[in-house]
Amino acid sequence: MESYTGKSIFQKVAVGRIFYYEKNENIVKRNRIEETEGEIKRFEAAKLVALGQLDRIYQKALKEVGEDNAAVFEVHKMMMEDEDYLESIHSMVREQKVNAEYAVAMTGDNFAKMFSQMDDEYMKARAADVKDISERLVSVLLGNGTDMGALKEPVILVADDLAPSETVQLDKSKILAFVTRYGSSNSHTAILARTMNIPAVIGVDISKEWNGKMAAVDGYTGTVYIEPDFDCMERMKNRIAEDEKKRQLMQELKGKETVTKAGRKIHLYANIGNVADTVSALQNDAEGIGLFRSEFLYLEAKDFPSEEEQFQAYKTVAESMGGKKVIIRTLDIGADKQVDYFNLDKEDNPAMGYRAIRICLSQPEIFRTQLRAILRASSFGNISIMFPMIISVKEVREAKRILEEVKEELKEKEVPYQDVETGIMIETPAAVFESGELAKEVDFFSIGTNDLTQYTLAIDRQNPKLDHIYDPHHPAVLKAIKMVVDNAHEHGAWVGICGELGADLTLTKTFVEMGLDELSVSPSFVLPVRNEICNL
Amino acid sequence: MRTFEYAIIDELGIHARPAGMLVKEVKKFDSKITLSAKGKTMDAGKLMMIMGMGIKQGDVVTVSAEGEDEDTAIAAIEKFFKENL
Repeated sequence: MESYTGKSIFQKVAVGRIFYYEKNENIVKRNRIEETEGEIKRFEAAKLVALGQLDRIYQKALKEVGEDNAAVFEVHKMMMEDEDYLESIHSMVREQKVNAEYAVAMTGDNFAKMFSQMDDEYMKARAADVKDISERLVSVLLGNGTDMGALKEPVILVADDLAPSETVQLDKSKILAFVTRYGSSNSHTAILARTMNIPAVIGVDISKEWNGKMAAVDGYTGTVYIEPDFDCMERMKNRIAEDEKKRQLMQELKGKETVTKAGRKIHLYANIGNVADTVSALQNDAEGIGLFRSEFLYLEAKDFPSEEEQFQAYKTVAESMGGKKVIIRTLDIGADKQVDYFNLDKEDNPAMGYRAIRICLSQPEIFRTQLRAILRASSFGNISIMFPMIISVKEVREAKRILEEVKEELKEKEVPYQDVETGIMIETPAAVFESGELAKEVDFFSIGTNDLTQYTLAIDRQNPKLDHIYDPHHPAVLKAIKMVVDNAHEHGAWVGICGELGADLTLTKTFVEMGLDELSVSPSFVLPVRNEICNL
Repeated sequence: MRTFEYAIIDELGIHARPAGMLVKEVKKFDSKITLSAKGKTMDAGKLMMIMGMGIKQGDVVTVSAEGEDEDTAIAAIEKFFKENL
């Protein structure tokens, strides 16, 4: 038995076989395809994944080797979206009825030939770039390295790191735990692990040799045991049994009210990131949706999602929640969430850059489409609207003005909508200091503690080197929360927390004492938080 | 239709990166924008074709734009050439 330690992300235990994830060699075979349109769709999906990969590599390279050296990956992205290149692949699939892998490989060879025949040394070298992007597409198509759909039994996934483009494809029911070499406690994999309710240990000195071996992951201590001995296995199994007992205890809390012993009621809502998450919110007995991140509609699309697409998504969630409150946060793109078709410029400091409400107020047509969709959906449930990244009263008034205009527009067209509560996210120190004035403008506040901590402490939460001082318990953060609660109540607004901190059981008591009216947490934390509150 | 001519100063010519940036710039406009050089004319929105033209230092290119926003398009692209190529 060998043991390795890292940083634990989620306190749970898992035992199972290791699947070591890395990219493989590609062997392309020519196959005949009858369902050519389906094949084109498969290619388009693969292209999106590949573009996502390139984007991530570009960002990483930008940080590590500088803009000039990173530029090649941006060129790769653009080559992958080149009209002629795509058209060649499409027409090969349609006309020759070949599989997408083959069409990509052949097209790649053809274009590479064009470059390699040029009399310019620099351009000759571009042949390698075309081959490279084609290779990347083929990898995605073949499922080499990125497709975990092929997993037959549940596994402990071991990898250097996992990109959003990779985890997107994960068959979540086949993952027992994550063990990665890189990543920070706020990285994508970490958030995914918490959402999925599975143990994850990061910063582990992983090895390829582990593939296929039995292992145990102890999320309480951040230890990974390779080929655990009998004693270790027994310990782990006991732990799992204990956790299971705890989980059952939690199930008993379903249907109960979230009230302290002194009789104070706290609204306990769930955060969701897409329509499917509504199911886990309901399974975990959330009393509403405190944060519906609308970004998924934009992140998963190739172009701006239409009003109709958005309307359907919002309507589905509102209806599924059956009259319970659903707070939809308007578009929060920018910073670490990038979308190609927005054509956002690369920024030196994206967290402080062109993002969220700043985009919406500068490009109101995008904003209006979303507001129309939300208002239309409001007739199907109990919807509220929340604006992110607010720093001033002026912004709130401007957002509300646009909302009123959209309402007028709907009224004229006799499209039904309900009156919706409006609120804002408190994520910036500016909003904290202005909370008294801001509270006069809105019905509610929701404190986004992840960004509030980042901006208050001036710590980039994407930077793993700063992980040890990224402290959401910092007195400055807690004082900021208290100040917001007091100002909100003084001016008649209710106030909640929708950041990760809302699920921190060591702070539940503090939050209740501060007077918070609502906590919105990942679905898996709803019952543990309810347990904590009911015992106060 | 609006056009301008420009002689490439950059020693690498229209290599990969500026070609990519050019395509990005071109796609901002609705007008049909073409790039002519060495007797060939290509859609300036097609990256591989632009790269494939192998335009080098000293080559003279003609850019044309035709469409509703041709005035703003041609101004923006001429500026792009002056700044990057």
